[in-house]
Amino acid sequence: MTGKKEKENIQSAMKERIDYDELLNCTRCGFCLPSCPTYIETGKNEVHSPRGRIALMKGLVDGEIEPSEEVKQSINMCLGCRACEPVCPSGVRFGHLLEQARDALHQHEKKSVPKKTIRNLVFNQLFPHQNRMIRLTGLLGFYQRSGLRNTAKRLGIMKLLPDTLEMMEKVLPSVPTKREMQQRPRHLLPINRSTKKVAFFAGCLMDTVFRQTNEATTKLLQYAGCEIVIPETQGCCGALHGHSGEVNNAKEMAKRNIEAFEAADVDYIITNAGGCGAFLVDYGHLLRGEPEWQERAKAFSRKIKDVTSVLMDAGFDQLPLQVKERVVTYQDSCHLRNVQRIFMEPRKLLQSIEGVRYVEMKDAGRCCGSAGIYNITESEMSMQILDYKMKQTKQTRAKTVVTANPGCLLQMKLGIEREGLFDQVEAVHIADFLLEAYENGQKHAEDNERNSTEEFHVGKTGKITH
Amino acid sequence: MLTEKARDQLASIAGQENMKTDTASLLAYSYDSTSQYQAMPDAVVSPATTNEVASIVQVCNNENIPIVPRGSGTNLCAGTTPLEGGIVLLFNRMDQIIEVDEENLTIRTQPGVFTKDINKVAEEVGLFYPPDPGSMHISQIGGNISENSGGLRGLKYGVTRDYILGLEIVLPNGKIIRTGGKLAKDVAGYDLTRLYVGSEGTLGIVTEATLKLIPQPETKKTMLALYRDLESAAETVSAIIANRIIPATLEFLDQATVRVVEDFAQIGLPTDAQAVLLIEQDGASEVVARDMERIAVLCKENNAFKVTVAESKQQADALTSARRTALSALSRLKPTTILEDATVPRSEIAKMVRAINDIAVKYEVSICTFGHAGDGNLHPTCLTDIRNKDEITRVEKAFEEIFHKAVELGGTITGEHGVGAMKLPHLHLKAGEAGIEAMRSIKAALDPNGIMNPGKVFTQAERNRVVVNK
Ligand SMILES: Cc1cc2nc3c(=O)[nH]c(=O)nc-3n(C[C@H](O)[C@H](O)[C@H](O)COP(=O)(O)OP(=O)(O)OC[C@H]3O[C@@H](n4cnc5c(N)ncnc54)[C@H](O)[C@@H]3O)c2cc1C
Ligand code: SF4
Ligand code: SF4
Repeated sequence: MTGKKEKENIQSAMKERIDYDELLNCTRCGFCLPSCPTYIETGKNEVHSPRGRIALMKGLVDGEIEPSEEVKQSINMCLGCRACEPVCPSGVRFGHLLEQARDALHQHEKKSVPKKTIRNLVFNQLFPHQNRMIRLTGLLGFYQRSGLRNTAKRLGIMKLLPDTLEMMEKVLPSVPTKREMQQRPRHLLPINRSTKKVAFFAGCLMDTVFRQTNEATTKLLQYAGCEIVIPETQGCCGALHGHSGEVNNAKEMAKRNIEAFEAADVDYIITNAGGCGAFLVDYGHLLRGEPEWQERAKAFSRKIKDVTSVLMDAGFDQLPLQVKERVVTYQDSCHLRNVQRIFMEPRKLLQSIEGVRYVEMKDAGRCCGSAGIYNITESEMSMQILDYKMKQTKQTRAKTVVTANPGCLLQMKLGIEREGLFDQVEAVHIADFLLEAYENGQKHAEDNERNSTEEFHVGKTGKITH
Repeated sequence: MLTEKARDQLASIAGQENMKTDTASLLAYSYDSTSQYQAMPDAVVSPATTNEVASIVQVCNNENIPIVPRGSGTNLCAGTTPLEGGIVLLFNRMDQIIEVDEENLTIRTQPGVFTKDINKVAEEVGLFYPPDPGSMHISQIGGNISENSGGLRGLKYGVTRDYILGLEIVLPNGKIIRTGGKLAKDVAGYDLTRLYVGSEGTLGIVTEATLKLIPQPETKKTMLALYRDLESAAETVSAIIANRIIPATLEFLDQATVRVVEDFAQIGLPTDAQAVLLIEQDGASEVVARDMERIAVLCKENNAFKVTVAESKQQADALTSARRTALSALSRLKPTTILEDATVPRSEIAKMVRAINDIAVKYEVSICTFGHAGDGNLHPTCLTDIRNKDEITRVEKAFEEIFHKAVELGGTITGEHGVGAMKLPHLHLKAGEAGIEAMRSIKAALDPNGIMNPGKVFTQAERNRVVVNK
């Protein structure tokens, strides 16, 4: 329950932090409602819609309502997928409002012990410290070694999150060893031709648990002719914190990253995680109260580019790419789509691969329910959303589901596991898939060249008309 | 406040989980798309069947509890703000299309279906449900019926009213009636169907509707005509109609509107023109070709400096969907947008546009105008800030004068958005005191306890000019 003191604190924090003009920007036209997953999944409950959430925030600021459990639940249940932004004719930046509201709520909210334990571990102990991330070797290790598993059992969290975490253990990729993680190259040269100098934003989760995908990404960039630097002092983007009301933490991380990449002097900073990218392009907003950081943050954000977008620029889709014949579908990363507005590039790249029969999934742009640690904190809604997603996935009859963000990747793997489809369907990150296609394509091209030049041309034309 | 007894009764009818009284729910259903209006209900109830609706209405009628039926809350007349508390009645569990009858060309539907889903389902069987309000992606058919909503195709195809063949209604006393049906003709008694269309939830609750479908037009073409001044565009509208051409769509947008819409939609709209007409014609291809040619000539004769025809269906669709965003996009410019709905005979459109501009200058307010010019239906939209009390007063005065002007030109205070609470003080301008009296008698006969959406359209008692302001 919310105590009186706590209520007052939240109210004044809301007043202080929420951008009132942005609240007024909402005309309550309702255009965003049909694209909000939680509105749909709750049977069209306005409380769980963007328009409703904005109204609740305004109600809190205006002092018309108190931060009751239901109000907090509305704010917590939001996926932060920002599907409500591109469809809003008034240009309301819902993501910012959400961050501000969560910040105000969480600073003063008395959390239940289990929730507090998870939050503390994740936000303070783990993500800000890349070396700890490395030491913990991923969520799996984190979960087991941090004692969270025991704590969880003792506090009864396991009952709250029946199968999510347990299944998560199954679907995590095999994590690299500590040595592998610490000895990563910091400078890579282009292969074949040289086009651009870029920096790679390695990310925390991506660089530990998904190290293999990061390596695939840099490989792809090298093949696309990029010289790559990987600044050592970079760290977690801070998105998880920013989106969960731990803004001060996020700001510190942002500053560290800005500094790390300023030294690199590059054309672009490449990301391969939609969630990180979207947060990185918003550093200017995150640091808005700090004038001395404004220009630096903006310069940083301007350089952020998703790997699929650089690859398209570099004409990667014109190269011989090939995989074994199969149906492939793509699940958008919400933030890549709704914030960075990248959705054509991954699809074009996939469609350019020989052997890929691309089938668009219904509502591919709708959130998969992963949303940071949402699948842990709001596990019931997350699984409901995932069930819908899996229904659509099955309808495509895809053998490979491609994603562009680690959270989505895990969630899709979880979905496949839950449906018992692990021997029929795989979920992969687009970088891994493209690398496979590229290396296959190269091999095939070489083989062809050796056998007959003519055949190669036929193959090539076949690919282009695909 | 609800008594405990009423609360228990309502919960036992709809199910505990479908009756909400927590503050988050009450606040989330305290508003609609109308700025400046907000009021908290006492409960929010989601029934699943007509019988549940009837039982709920009986409880409310016995206990004198106001009922505010609510679709998606996109109305622009404060039609669903629960000004006197009571319950907000939702149709989120009555959201199925019951039947598509391809022999009689009808659809039978529950009230909670989104308008665009009706359009889509009709299209899937090669048929056409023409009403397409700007809000069609989210508005519910029950809301459309109760507001008698128009749309972008109103000029040629009419409004929602023209497609409602029959209704199932729960009366304020809890009895269920069915009006009309899958019938092309029906004169058995008063036309209650028509009475309920546009009744804004004040006479009962629509629980089912039979809609008329028509065959899909063969082709469609979309055109943009650009002008250096507003009047020329308005004169073109009158000229097209006077030349006996009825386009499917004839929309008007001024420069400010075009600019914000382009800002949002980014489809290459001409931001240098002072006024733009968006024109569509559909039908047999030779007729469409001939009409578009004649329209282009008329545009040029009336000083259009450029006329372009959309090259593909995608391009055409992009134009019309961009137009639908006009109102919301305008709010990018100022914190508050207040829009009106004045409608005049088509021949008077140029005069009305001119009058709006003069009035804006006179009261020093910023007004952008767009709307269904072909229907004589303009949406002068005031960009302001509710925190600026002085300006808001001037805005109210400006609109008052716009209403007077519209009525003077033989028009009305609202063409499609309804009266609700917002235009209640102005209803007498159009309906006259005797007209209001007649409406009040109908209301009193059907809803003697005044439980249905109180405070909307007109006040129950004699005090008929109350400005509701928050
Ligand atoms: C951006 C924007 C563009 C718009 N464009 C247009 C347009 O082009 N043309 C136009 O005409 N309107 C337009 N509107 C206004 C509005 O969308 C329409 O009035 C629409 O029909 C309302 O539908 P709704 O489901 O939101 O109904 P609501 O707003 O929820 O309700 C409207 C009225 O109907 C009553 N009601 C709802 N359901 C029932 C029911 N089942 N039984 C009895 N009464 C009921 C309510 O009490 C209320 O009086 C626009 C609105 C916006 C925000
Ligand atoms: S689309 Fe934008 S303006 Fe409209 S209700 Fe949603 S957030 Fe508000
Ligand atoms: S961010 Fe996603 S879940 Fe949250 S309100 Fe917007 S659309 Fe809904």
